[in-house]
Amino acid sequence: MWRSCFRLAAGGGSFPRRPCLLPAAPLGPGSQAGLAPGLSLPRRAYAPPAERKKFYQNVSITQGENGYEINLDHRKLKTPNAKLFTVPSEALAVAVATEWDSQQDTIKFYTMHLTTLCNTSLDNPSQRNKDQLIQASMKFLDTDTICYRVEEPETLVELQKNEWDPVIDWAEKRYNVKIGSSTNIMGPDIPIKTKETFISHLASYNMWALQGIEFVITQLKSMVLSLGLIDRHLTVEKAVLLSRLEEEYQIQKWGNVEWAHDYELHELRARTAAGTLFVHLCSESSTVKHKLLQE
Amino acid sequence: MVALGPPRTLRALLKELRYLSAATGRPYRDTAAYRYLVEAFRAHRVTSEKLCRAQHELHFQAATYLCLLQSTRNHVALHQEFHSKGERSVEEAAGAVGLKLPQQPGGKGWES
Repeated sequence: MWRSCFRLAAGGGSFPRRPCLLPAAPLGPGSQAGLAPGLSLPRRAYAPPAERKKFYQNVSITQGENGYEINLDHRKLKTPNAKLFTVPSEALAVAVATEWDSQQDTIKFYTMHLTTLCNTSLDNPSQRNKDQLIQASMKFLDTDTICYRVEEPETLVELQKNEWDPVIDWAEKRYNVKIGSSTNIMGPDIPIKTKETFISHLASYNMWALQGIEFVITQLKSMVLSLGLIDRHLTVEKAVLLSRLEEEYQIQKWGNVEWAHDYELHELRARTAAGTLFVHLCSESSTVKHKLLQE
Repeated sequence: MVALGPPRTLRALLKELRYLSAATGRPYRDTAAYRYLVEAFRAHRVTSEKLCRAQHELHFQAATYLCLLQSTRNHVALHQEFHSKGERSVEEAAGAVGLKLPQQPGGKGWES
């Protein structure tokens, strides 16, 4: 059910993260990339178009006072709320520029996940502060996918035990907490101390990284898997596989439907990869130390 | 997923960049992404430490970015193939079951 909601949003609206139905934010097609004020395009009260004609030839990166900016031809890229688009990390700027550069004929906003994440972090359209973001992330722990087990069929129970238990063990060891799993319909009973540990862990990330973390958790429907990704314990492909374990089980039993299963798989992988990359690029600081060559 | 060594990841990344550049027509070596990737891989290659955490971090980021590029490309391809055509027109829908729409040269009775 979750995924069909996202698929509808991706098909019909450009930025699934934006609350498209709020009339407060300026949501005309002209606001997408900060066009000249003289250009008047028909404004609609609902979602911005999913695709737009490509109106630029060259994408370049410049360094401004607050960070790196993207230029489309000679115009500076702006967020949907008309703020100047600046990112703190050069790698992120390069990746966003590549996203814009790879569009042909039409701009498919629903494929530009890194741009969407940057826009969300810059605009904060839902106006959440750090605590609210952490609360939103923690809500997923109570019904975490890999803690929520079935009781039958037997083979699926086995599969869940073999694939998901190691990740839970890793998380319990890494964070020194108790998580456990449960077949109860209410979900696992997570002790308060565990939640406090995770809250303080999440609080150590900055706002941008938290937006990314919350995004990844929402995609995978599992906090433990997202932590595994952020700590580089799992690859994106593996994390997505674990998140979709029951679907993969059913696919193996009943067959694969390319236009549904593969479509969702690749979309989920793209979003998760974008979120993980976003978190890492926003929370790192790299220095290069040159060692002297010794003869 | 098989563990990708750094050279394999770099080659796969360059292949993805080539696909992307095929769209714009400009050579992929001109792009900022190419220059950044090549420079990053080159800078982190030479290290005397056996267990280099920075190298592992870089490789994880590279593998994640590769996954992002590959899955976006596959997603767009699947979308184009299966979900982009929209609905059939009434004529096409009738023709699919071997029927033709009625033609009334005098116009329908209620249209005056």
